[in-house]
Amino acid sequence: MTPIVSIWPLAAILVSLLGALPILLANRQPNLRESWTILIALVKLTIVASLLPGVLAGNSYIFTIAQVIPGVPIELRVDALGMIFALVASCLWLFTSIYSIGYMRALSEHAQTRYYASFAVAISATLGVAFAGNLLTMYLFYEVLSLSTYPLVTHEQNAEARASGRKYLTYILGTSIGLALPAMLITYSVAGTLDFTTGGILAGKASPDLLALLVILFLFGFAKAGLMPFHGWLPAAMVAPTPVSSFLHGVAVVKAGVFAIFRIIFDILGPETLQSADLGSLITYIASVTILVASMVALTQDSMKRRLAYSTIGQLAYMVLGAGMLSATGMLGGVMHLAMHAFGKITLFFCAGAIYVATKKKNISQMDGLGRRMPITYFAFFLGSLSIIGMPPMGGFISKWSLLLGAVEGDQLILIIVLLISSFLNAAYFFPIVYRGFFVPAKEGEAEGISEAPLFCLVPLSLTALISLALFFYPDTLLKLARMALGL
Amino acid sequence: MKSNLHMYVMAAPLLTAFLVNAWGRSNRKIIAPMVLGALALSTLLAIIVLKQTLGSGSLSYTVGAWTPPWGIELLVDPLSALMLLLISAVSFIATFAAVPCVKRDLEDRQHIFFTLYLILIAGLMGLVLTADAFNLYVMLEITSITTYGLIALGRGRAPLSSFNYIIMGSVGASFYLLGVGYLYLLTGTLNLADIARYLPALQGSAAMATALAFILVGLWIKMAFFPLHGWLPRAYSDAPDGAGVLIAPLMTKVTIYLMVRLMLTFQSPEFLLMSMDVRTLVIWVAAIGIICASSLALAQRNLKQMLTYIIIAEVGYMVGGAWLANDQGLTGALLHIVNDALMTLCLFLAAVAISYRTGGLGFDRLKGLYRRMPWTMAFFTVGAFSMIGIPPTCGFFSKWYLLLGGIEAGQWEFVVALIFSSLVNAVLFFRIIELAYFSRPEEGASSEHLPLERQEAPWSMLTPLAVTAGLLIVVGLGTGPLVDNVIRLMIPVAF
Amino acid sequence: MEGIVAEIMAKYNYWIYVVLMMIGFYAMIGKRNLVKKLLGMNIFQTSIILFFVSTGAKKGGSIPILDKQAALQGAVDVNLVVNPLPHVLMLTAIVVGVSVTGVALAVMLRIYRKYGTLEEDEILHKIETE
Repeated sequence: MTPIVSIWPLAAILVSLLGALPILLANRQPNLRESWTILIALVKLTIVASLLPGVLAGNSYIFTIAQVIPGVPIELRVDALGMIFALVASCLWLFTSIYSIGYMRALSEHAQTRYYASFAVAISATLGVAFAGNLLTMYLFYEVLSLSTYPLVTHEQNAEARASGRKYLTYILGTSIGLALPAMLITYSVAGTLDFTTGGILAGKASPDLLALLVILFLFGFAKAGLMPFHGWLPAAMVAPTPVSSFLHGVAVVKAGVFAIFRIIFDILGPETLQSADLGSLITYIASVTILVASMVALTQDSMKRRLAYSTIGQLAYMVLGAGMLSATGMLGGVMHLAMHAFGKITLFFCAGAIYVATKKKNISQMDGLGRRMPITYFAFFLGSLSIIGMPPMGGFISKWSLLLGAVEGDQLILIIVLLISSFLNAAYFFPIVYRGFFVPAKEGEAEGISEAPLFCLVPLSLTALISLALFFYPDTLLKLARMALGL
Repeated sequence: MKSNLHMYVMAAPLLTAFLVNAWGRSNRKIIAPMVLGALALSTLLAIIVLKQTLGSGSLSYTVGAWTPPWGIELLVDPLSALMLLLISAVSFIATFAAVPCVKRDLEDRQHIFFTLYLILIAGLMGLVLTADAFNLYVMLEITSITTYGLIALGRGRAPLSSFNYIIMGSVGASFYLLGVGYLYLLTGTLNLADIARYLPALQGSAAMATALAFILVGLWIKMAFFPLHGWLPRAYSDAPDGAGVLIAPLMTKVTIYLMVRLMLTFQSPEFLLMSMDVRTLVIWVAAIGIICASSLALAQRNLKQMLTYIIIAEVGYMVGGAWLANDQGLTGALLHIVNDALMTLCLFLAAVAISYRTGGLGFDRLKGLYRRMPWTMAFFTVGAFSMIGIPPTCGFFSKWYLLLGGIEAGQWEFVVALIFSSLVNAVLFFRIIELAYFSRPEEGASSEHLPLERQEAPWSMLTPLAVTAGLLIVVGLGTGPLVDNVIRLMIPVAF
Repeated sequence: MEGIVAEIMAKYNYWIYVVLMMIGFYAMIGKRNLVKKLLGMNIFQTSIILFFVSTGAKKGGSIPILDKQAALQGAVDVNLVVNPLPHVLMLTAIVVGVSVTGVALAVMLRIYRKYGTLEEDEILHKIETE
């Protein structure tokens, strides 16, 4: 890879960070404020997309912000893996911004300026995580992301929201300071660098025991990935407004956690080093437990958003599982699932929000017969759930297929069983929702006057569902990026 | 190199102190401009001194032309130039906030307050500059006596707190003096560099160990190192607001600097640190101190008192870091002196601004404060993040070095204590952030004295607060050059 | 026994300073009356001054005022002259001690005016009931 010094990665991050200012200043003019938000989202997507051809051609873009610690500057570097995450995030931010307008206005939410400003900071931090050139820089943006989403979680400002905010911070800050930070320091003191290097930086420098310790500290230290037992913050964070849940707790925040774990496995610890220390199974077992338990808990949840949250926890563990297989196909599946799941899950969350906007209903048991009143929403929901379950013709199929292949190639019978059971469970917790919507008649008089949510909500959710569908037919760019990221 | 520039850095506040006392009595309006002018001059000169020392090593000035080792030498090298700049800049910034507080709290005694205030600053500078063990004692007492006076000017139980501080402070100073006496008996000289020259020959002597132990305990009392910290919380929280913003960021930090300075001057780590056992013991005490002070901070229901316990915990950071006695630990300790001074300044400035508007700092008064003082709270949040250690604020980077030092020295108890304290800080500050941003004041019982309309702190308090909050990030991002160009230069290869 | 006595007598100046120091220390920590605490502090400081001064003393030493001519010719026996430096240092230390005592007295005056007593227990009681 040829590194090119470029200011654009920084610009991509700063656009929304500086963009928070005009949003704050336009406090009393909602139209202006929201136009700003969308404009910034567009500019951001354009910048990220403009870097794509270069990355596909095998270049990487670097920019050093500051020299802080010997051998570890605060540095941005755009490579294939980061590009996948950045593309997904900035693309979905645009949809979320549009969706937010519909959602927040329809519900006349308070403190909308704070909401949009925090959102803008959060997306900056997300891109920072994606474009970080070394572990320290990633940690920096990871923390900023945690902090900028805190006001979004506590948005309601009632006792429940504050309690959830506390829980959120306890889990996220507690693990990142308590586990990830020491792990990072140990890595630095052993390797003398923290640069992301394909193949890792610890080859031949750490004993298997130390590696095992690092694996555990890092896996749980980046608790945004929601590996059990550090998953509790995600269901709690569902008190946030739905656009926050959909974008941040369906895509940006949780994926930042998984992305961090990818970076750790691919570029810090190194798959081969892990392989030789026989630590792949440690990762896959932790992930398997999370997959199964989360899927089963999801079955028992009646609140729509909580069910989606547990589904997310399970799906995140899929990605970690893929990375933990340490085989080319498995890792490829994990990386692909990061993108595929994002489009699928955000569709589901958008739908949940649209149903809430239209009916004020949060629980699945109350959603009988809504499908006939809101056909577009429900159809999109159906597509989204197909993608998550991993059925063709949706994008999710590709990644899950690759994961399954990886397990087969690795002769890991247990993983094959886990994947199959889990897919079955996925279907079991999604299809009843669709079934209730279309085939169970509504109770007397309850469905009166209900129609589709505003267009601002409807359009984004249809688009994400369609993209999810399109990714099945045109996965080439993503596949190429994922292959490049893994050095295949 | 011979130079007297650094002498003027210290002379400016010292001479102005007397002028303020003479003229300020009759004309109160000239006090603030005089104080600010003197400190601005000091800051400018300190910048020049730092530049010169970076260019040409150390500058020396011999008082009364008596040459060392007989006369008193005022020596400045890059590290002490950095401290000089820190002291002058922090006191310059703090003064902006101190002026309105003093105007309100001590209407007719402003000239007295600022006389003491300036002498305190000059004393702190003297501590950093002097290269003479006995002169150090005198400077230590100058700063202490002025601090006693400043604290006693506070309201409520301040005189009692000040008295307790006097007793403890005097014990500390006396111990230090006793240690110096032993050193003098052993080496026959008082010049620090000169003492260091005789030390290798005295290795292993019991008298030497006693001397160093007395000096260290004396300094530990002065810097409120756990468990010798008892005097600090009340003294600092009862001090008048105008004095708190100066004393809290600087006093403990400068004393810690002295300890590190002595360790560096006496060069070889095996020597000063006596034995591995003693070293480990001190680090354990530091770790326990950090954990205890953090836990005590959790029990506080008043912002200022909470901050005082955090100061004590931070003292443990720096003492522990220095006693790790490796490159990373010493770098971390020195860097943290700078960073902690700025963080404490930021938080105290915010606290002072809040109490200026709300009349108190009990947690119930902080509810919904964001609506009244959005900017103050925003800058407070930056300071809080730095205390927790969130990058890119500077607090993260010094903690990085300290943790790294702990890991490399294999002192895991220190690493655990640091991480525990970071987590506790997160709890402490997010509790306040939650109150200020997400609690509605009408939920509280004491809502009647909390009107909802915007009532931001005056500009004279907000501007320094904004500058300090900005500095936290600038210094954080400038950690690399700061460590490479100034701090690392001063750590001998032996470490 | 005799050995110990001899040991103590040989360095009696140190023993005196140690005893004085302990008395002062006890008064500072153990007494609840502020005046006694302050007195203890003074005793404590005085013991250190005594220590310093005694280190400069020599058996048979005279005052350190030298004849310039003799000094220039190197004809002064340093063993016959008391080391003046500790004494000079202690002049400063005495000044410091007096200043601290002054400040402490002033602070004590404020405490007395405010609470009408100098017993620490009573003061704390008054603060609590305020």
